[in-house]
Amino acid sequence: MAEPTIVSEREERILGIIETARAKRAKFRDERITMAHGAGGRATQSLIEGLLVPTLVADTGRGDADQAPALAELDDAAGITIDGVELALTTDSYVVRPLRFPGGSIGELAVNGTVNDLAVSGARPRALSLSLVLEEGLAAEDLRAEVDAIALTALQAGVEVVTGDTKVVERGHADGMYVCTTGLGRLDPRARLAPANVRPGDRVLLSGSIGEHGMAIMLARGEFELDASIESDTAQLWPAVDALLDAAGSDVHCLRDATRGGVASVLNELARAASVAMIVREREIPVEPAVAGAAEILGIDPMYVANEGKLVAFVAPEHADRALGALRCVPGCECAAEIGEVRSEPPGMVLVETSFGGRRVMDQLVGDPLPRIC
Amino acid sequence: MRYVDEFRDAALGRALGAEILSLVEPGRHYKVMEVCGGHTHAIYKYGVDDLLPANVELVHGPGCPVCVIPMGRVDDGIALAKQPDVIFTCFGDMMRVPGSAGSLLEAKADGADVRMVYSPLDALRIAKQNPDREVVFFAIGFETTAPSTALTLKRAKTERVANFSCICSHVTIVPPLRALLESPDLRLDGFIGPGHVATVVGARPFEFIPADYGKPVVIAGFEPLDILQSIAMILRQLQEDRCEVENQYKRVVPDEGNLRALEVLAEVFELRPHFEWRGLGFISHSGLKLTPAYAELDAEVRFGVPGVRVADPKACQCGEVLKGVIKPWECKVFGTACTPERPIGTCMVSSEGACAAYYNFGRFAREREVV
Repeated sequence: MAEPTIVSEREERILGIIETARAKRAKFRDERITMAHGAGGRATQSLIEGLLVPTLVADTGRGDADQAPALAELDDAAGITIDGVELALTTDSYVVRPLRFPGGSIGELAVNGTVNDLAVSGARPRALSLSLVLEEGLAAEDLRAEVDAIALTALQAGVEVVTGDTKVVERGHADGMYVCTTGLGRLDPRARLAPANVRPGDRVLLSGSIGEHGMAIMLARGEFELDASIESDTAQLWPAVDALLDAAGSDVHCLRDATRGGVASVLNELARAASVAMIVREREIPVEPAVAGAAEILGIDPMYVANEGKLVAFVAPEHADRALGALRCVPGCECAAEIGEVRSEPPGMVLVETSFGGRRVMDQLVGDPLPRIC
Repeated sequence: MRYVDEFRDAALGRALGAEILSLVEPGRHYKVMEVCGGHTHAIYKYGVDDLLPANVELVHGPGCPVCVIPMGRVDDGIALAKQPDVIFTCFGDMMRVPGSAGSLLEAKADGADVRMVYSPLDALRIAKQNPDREVVFFAIGFETTAPSTALTLKRAKTERVANFSCICSHVTIVPPLRALLESPDLRLDGFIGPGHVATVVGARPFEFIPADYGKPVVIAGFEPLDILQSIAMILRQLQEDRCEVENQYKRVVPDEGNLRALEVLAEVFELRPHFEWRGLGFISHSGLKLTPAYAELDAEVRFGVPGVRVADPKACQCGEVLKGVIKPWECKVFGTACTPERPIGTCMVSSEGACAAYYNFGRFAREREVV
C-alpha cells in the first residue's frame, strides 16, 4: 500500500548484528540450572547445544568426520547401524507430579513416551530398559500400580522390558518415583525421516487435538483451583506412524512427537534445523473446548502445552491428502488436520495466520509457560 | 467458546479494517498508543496490526505491570526471598523479570522458596498452611490488581494471620501517562485507554488527557474487535475534530468505576511521594504503599528491606521509544548492552515490548511496517 521505506545504513547494520548473534549456536553461560532449562525452550536448547553436544561429540574424536555424529542430529531417537541392521535408540526420564493424573500415570507415560520417540523416528519399538528411582517411604501399593501400568502399556506397545535397575533415595527426593526408560527399535524400511528432509512446499499434519496432557497435569496439581474434565492424551503413536508410512512412504519427510514445549516448539526446532519457514493456520488447529477454556483463563497458548500422544508430520504436497486420510482412520486420530505448510522465507521462523485474520510470529519458548497477570 | 468467539470474528474484523481505512487521511501518519500491556498482548496474539492501514501505527505504552518494576525493587524482593524462613509468593510472569543480579526464578534455583500464585488469596492460604514460616506476597500491578491485594490484606488483618505480609509495588496509571504527555517531543495522536484499570477507576480519571493535552482517549476492551473498534472511534474523533474520553468497553466499565473497589483501595493504600519506573525514572505519586493502619502487614517494615536502588544505565532510551520519538534500533544500547537475554529497560523485558519484538522478529517486524 505505502511506499517502501528506505532502510537506513544504521538499521541495516543493527539487523545484521542481531541476525549474526541469533544464528550462532546457543551458548551455555548460566551459573546454575533453573527450571527453564527443563522446559523445552531456548534455555533447554542452550544446555543441549551449548554444553552437551559440543563436549560429548568432541570427546569421541568424531567431531569433524564426514559422517555427522548421531548425537549432533538431535533427533528424538538416534539411528545406528550394526552389521547392516538399522536400529534406533532413545532414552528418556520421567518426572511427574502427581504420579497419577486424569488419563494416565507415570508408568504409562514412561512406556509411551519412549516408544513414541522410536515411532516418530520411523522405528518399530522392540525392547525397553527400565530404571526406577524410588523415594524412601513410597507406598508399595503405589509402586505396584505403576509396575502394573508399565507391564500393561508395554504389552499394548508390543515391546518387552528386557533389563532394568532400581535405586532408592532418601525421603524428600524423587517425588515418590522417577522412571527412566531406554528404547530400542528396528528402523522401518519404508521410512526416510530426518529434519533435513523437511523442504518448502511440505504440508504440516497434526494427528489430533493439542494441549491435553500438559493442561491435565497443571490442573491436577491443584495450584489454580480450576476444575475441568481434561484427561492426559497419553497414547502410542506407532499405529499413526505405520498408517502414514503406508499411505505416503518416503514422501513422509519428518515426524515429531509434540511433547514438552508443545507443537510450537517442534515447529521452531525444525524450522531452525532445516532452515525453512513454517506457516500455521490457527483455525485448523484442533483444541478441545475444555483445554481452550482453561488456556484462556490461565493466559497460556495451547500450542506450547505438552502432549503425550500427538505427532506432527511433514509430508510432500502430492501425498498430503492421502496421508491425512490414512491418519484419520487411526483410532484416536479422528480429528487429525493439515495445519499449515513449509515455506522458504523467512528461514528459521514460524508464522501464524490467526483466526482473526492477522499474522504473528510463534517464537521459541523462553522457559516454562507462566500464567500472565496482564 | 461462547461469549468470547463473538468478539474475534474475522469478517467483522475486516469490516472494521475497511471502516478505519475510510477514516484516515491518506497523506497523514497516525500514532496511537495502547496504554495497557493486556492490549499489547491481544494485538500481538491476534495480529491486529495486519488489519490496519500502513499509516496507522500502534505504539506500545507503559502499562505492562511486570516490566515497569525497576531492578532495585526486584533485588529487594530477592533479598526477602532468600531469608531462611520466608516463602516468597508472586505472580508467574514476575518471576522472569531481571534484577541487577538475576531474577526470582534464578533465586529459586539458588534455594529460595519462591512460589507462583494466581491470586493474593492463594498467598494468604499458603500462610495459613505454614504457620511457622513467614509468607511474603510480592504485590504488583495497576489499579486492576490492587483491589485484590487490598482485600487480601483486610482479610489477613481480620483473621490475624501473623505470618503474612506484602511488599507493595502497586502503581497507578495516571502519573506515567501525564509524564509522557508532558514531554514536548511526544508524537502521539490518541490513546487506547486501559479497560481493566478503568473497570476499577472508571472513565473520568482520563478526562485530563483531552482537556489538558488535546488527545482523544477511547477506553477499550481486550478482544481484537474491541481494539479495532476503539481505533476507529479515535480516528473518527480526529476526523470530526472532537477530543474527548469515549468508552468502547461499556459492557464492563461503568463511568464512575467500581466504588467498592475504590473504597477498599483508599482504606488500605496511600500514595508514595514518588516511585521508580524501569526505563522511565522516578514519577511523583505513582506508587502505592500500605497505610499506617496496615503497617504490620508491610514486608518493607517487618523485614527492613534493603531498599536497593539500581540506576538504569543512562544510555537506556525506553522513555523515547515509549513516546514514539525513536525506533528501538535507534536506542544507543539496543542489541548490544540491552538484549532479551539481558534486558535493561521495560521495552526489552516484556516479550511484547517494542524492543524485544523488534529484536526477535527483526526483518519480519520491519517488513510488516513497510507492507
